Amino acid sequence: MPALPYTIGPLHESALLISWGNRIGKETHAQVMGLYQALLQSPVSGMQELVPAFSSLAVYYDPAQVKKSTQSQTSFDALKAAVEDIMANQLRYHFYSSGIIRIPVYYHTEGTDLQAMSNAKAISKEEIIYLHTERRYDVYMLGFLPGFAYMAEVDERIAVPRKAQPQPVKAGSVGIAGIQTGIYPIDSPGGWQIIGHTPLSLFDINNENKPCLLQPGDQVEFYAITADEFNRYQSRTA
Amino acid sequence: MPLQQMSLTVIKAGLLDTIQDEGRKGFQRLGINPGGAMDTYATTLANALVGNERQSPVLELHFPAAAFLFTKPALIALAGADFSPVIDDYSIPMHQPVWVNEKTRLEFRQRKNGARVYLAVHGGFTNIEYWLNSCGTQTKLQVGGFKGRALKKEDLLETKALPVAVTKKEPFRLLHWGVVESGTTDTEALLVLPGPEWDYLDEKGKTDFLQPGFTISQHSDRMGFRLEGIPLQSKTREELVSSPVTFGTIQLLPDGNLIVLMADHPTTGGYPRIATVVTAHHGMLAQKKAGDRLQFQLIDLTTAEKLLLKQEQLLQQIKTACACKLQDFFNASK
Repeated sequence: MPALPYTIGPLHESALLISWGNRIGKETHAQVMGLYQALLQSPVSGMQELVPAFSSLAVYYDPAQVKKSTQSQTSFDALKAAVEDIMANQLRYHFYSSGIIRIPVYYHTEGTDLQAMSNAKAISKEEIIYLHTERRYDVYMLGFLPGFAYMAEVDERIAVPRKAQPQPVKAGSVGIAGIQTGIYPIDSPGGWQIIGHTPLSLFDINNENKPCLLQPGDQVEFYAITADEFNRYQSRTA
Repeated sequence: MPLQQMSLTVIKAGLLDTIQDEGRKGFQRLGINPGGAMDTYATTLANALVGNERQSPVLELHFPAAAFLFTKPALIALAGADFSPVIDDYSIPMHQPVWVNEKTRLEFRQRKNGARVYLAVHGGFTNIEYWLNSCGTQTKLQVGGFKGRALKKEDLLETKALPVAVTKKEPFRLLHWGVVESGTTDTEALLVLPGPEWDYLDEKGKTDFLQPGFTISQHSDRMGFRLEGIPLQSKTREELVSSPVTFGTIQLLPDGNLIVLMADHPTTGGYPRIATVVTAHHGMLAQKKAGDRLQFQLIDLTTAEKLLLKQEQLLQQIKTACACKLQDFFNASK
């Protein structure tokens, strides 16, 4: 995997930020996830947690811990050197998807933005559903809410801007914002254009081993289900 | 459960009183924020004073704070804001361990300084819930701490029994050690590091950022402090894709105003991160309240790290010294 240009700087004195510009795309995602997975496999001493984003990765660390095992002037320098070492070694730095998750969606017009989207984009609802389900999406990052996965890229024929004003959105709502698609894990105000609902639980507070269905690096496919199937699914898991 | 087994009863609810600890670590990649106490410097002090580990649960109290009835003896300490604490109408000091008798009342009379006071009890609170290895109360998700919510009147908090029985008639007894809080004055500048998007500001924006004249807005909470002041000028309107943010991150909003992210910060955000308050000053920042003025001063990373390591070392020394003193006290009381 050819390395893209990057910068390393402090997010603060207990977190280092590696940044590959300011963009959303597969190539950048591969860089972020490659480093993320390499650091998970061989953690640097004192490292506390990793937060991957679209085109950057934060490495949180405990400076006191890092300082114990380094001759560097600062713990930041030590961490930076360790990260650069991994990035220079192409063999250790290769991203593979962590899994494919198939998500059922009941696409419908009741209380959603599907009809308005169909009107605005001058394409049928069926075509929107087809376009949303026909490709596989990458989970670029999680953020905003517990378990909220930012996925991309949707077909540009169904890419619609965010709403000007956030509105109340129910858990399980599947939405589109620009080239991104996502699912609200909990009830929340939100500005994404909603096209349907999934009966799956994206965030489960009672499952501490796996509180979130999706994680960075996963891949997702959506498939359409009927209202009956949606209800049956919900009553089964209720 | 019979009342006698409990240790602390809330006899009057406060504005926002929650169980907190150092927060949930390791789940930000899933969008789960760390939360935890706003002032972890104060929680570490309070816990050290009563011989607890630093991650032990404490109560974070805002003003007006709750009033408590002790139904069995306890060893407590208060750190952070001074809300004029009294036990049965007698003033008790901050930053000093206090042995409290049963059937006594702890109340807070008026705010002298700061925004949040932390109450630690020896052995910690025991009837609380943990979620993802932390008992920090997440009120939005209604999880962690005491039933995932702020304390209400008649809530009962249980604590571990003291290792020795101190049978005295007086309502409380001050133990003879404490921490002289060097503290920080209101005029001291908050030290900041330049953030990843520091250069989004133009020269005037950078100069204005370092001027006095920012005030904490009323629209501030545990998630973040909104600042009022001269809107800052930026040289670019480039929109950012979502990127990691943390406690102390100062974001530049589209209207030129600033928000400083606090304990309940989201894990990622899309506003330019122009600066970040250094960790060693997080305690000082957390004790600011609406209407307080702020001034920022830039320092370099090496200095910031030194400050943090020095603060950590000091807290460690305090913890060790307090543990020794407390052991002597328990031995002498046997």
